[in-house]
Amino acid sequence: MELTLNHFLFVSGILFAIGLSGVLLRRNLIVIFMCLELMLAAANLTLVAFSRFNLQDGQPDYDGHVLLFFIITVAAAEVAVGLAIIVALFRNRETTDVTKINSMKF
Amino acid sequence: MTFLFYLFAAFALIGGIGVVVYRNPVSSAFSMIISFLGLAALFIQLNAYLVGVLQILVYAGAIMVLFLFIIMLINVEDEEKRRFPFFSFIGAGGIAVAFIALLATVLKRFGPGEATIPKIKALEGPGTSDTHQVGELLFSTYWFPIQIVAILLLVATVGVVVLSKKELK
Repeated sequence: MELTLNHFLFVSGILFAIGLSGVLLRRNLIVIFMCLELMLAAANLTLVAFSRFNLQDGQPDYDGHVLLFFIITVAAAEVAVGLAIIVALFRNRETTDVTKINSMKF
Repeated sequence: MTFLFYLFAAFALIGGIGVVVYRNPVSSAFSMIISFLGLAALFIQLNAYLVGVLQILVYAGAIMVLFLFIIMLINVEDEEKRRFPFFSFIGAGGIAVAFIALLATVLKRFGPGEATIPKIKALEGPGTSDTHQVGELLFSTYWFPIQIVAILLLVATVGVVVLSKKELK
């Protein structure tokens, strides 16, 4: 069977759903954050697939690649800040279990 | 081509499932690396060479090392088994399955999705690689967004330093 755009979109969607279920299911803050990154990366696959299937003058649509470049940069910044927040939280509460972090102030 | 697609899609998906099911965060992080490697291979299959390499360098390299570093630093223990796992599994699994079912229904009716991979016109000579094209776009059409991203990175760096200080005032 020939590869179509739907193949790539479907893989991307399944990966997104896996990340979503991880965010809902897991209780460790760090793993939740990793699942969030997984969802972001899944969206990237959609961008690349659309840019490849939308040829401009026989070349892939490089605007999609540029957008992806920005997404990767923002994700890197986000991870740095998010992990710093998790470390600050751990210093306060001595835990990363979200079920034990249930009050704004204590 | 098709076989490679299924192989690397399986890598990405099984790695993703591993992130969710492993109880130990370190195992989760390592299956995440496998997932990102599979995803990078899919990018390269779609002729996005620069982005595929960036995915490996930044995601599978830098970001995951940062995650592993923090996991080691704060000494996370395994999640203990929860007492009533049934409802949370039903909830999370149900939402994921509903999302996939919705996606399948939409994609079935999505006409352009039937398109097969179009042929790329081969270009010869210098300045025709995708790295060159993306770089040229970044510093001509998208010069303003890249300045914003530079400021964002600076803000993130300063923010991390402030957040990591002992006394939060």
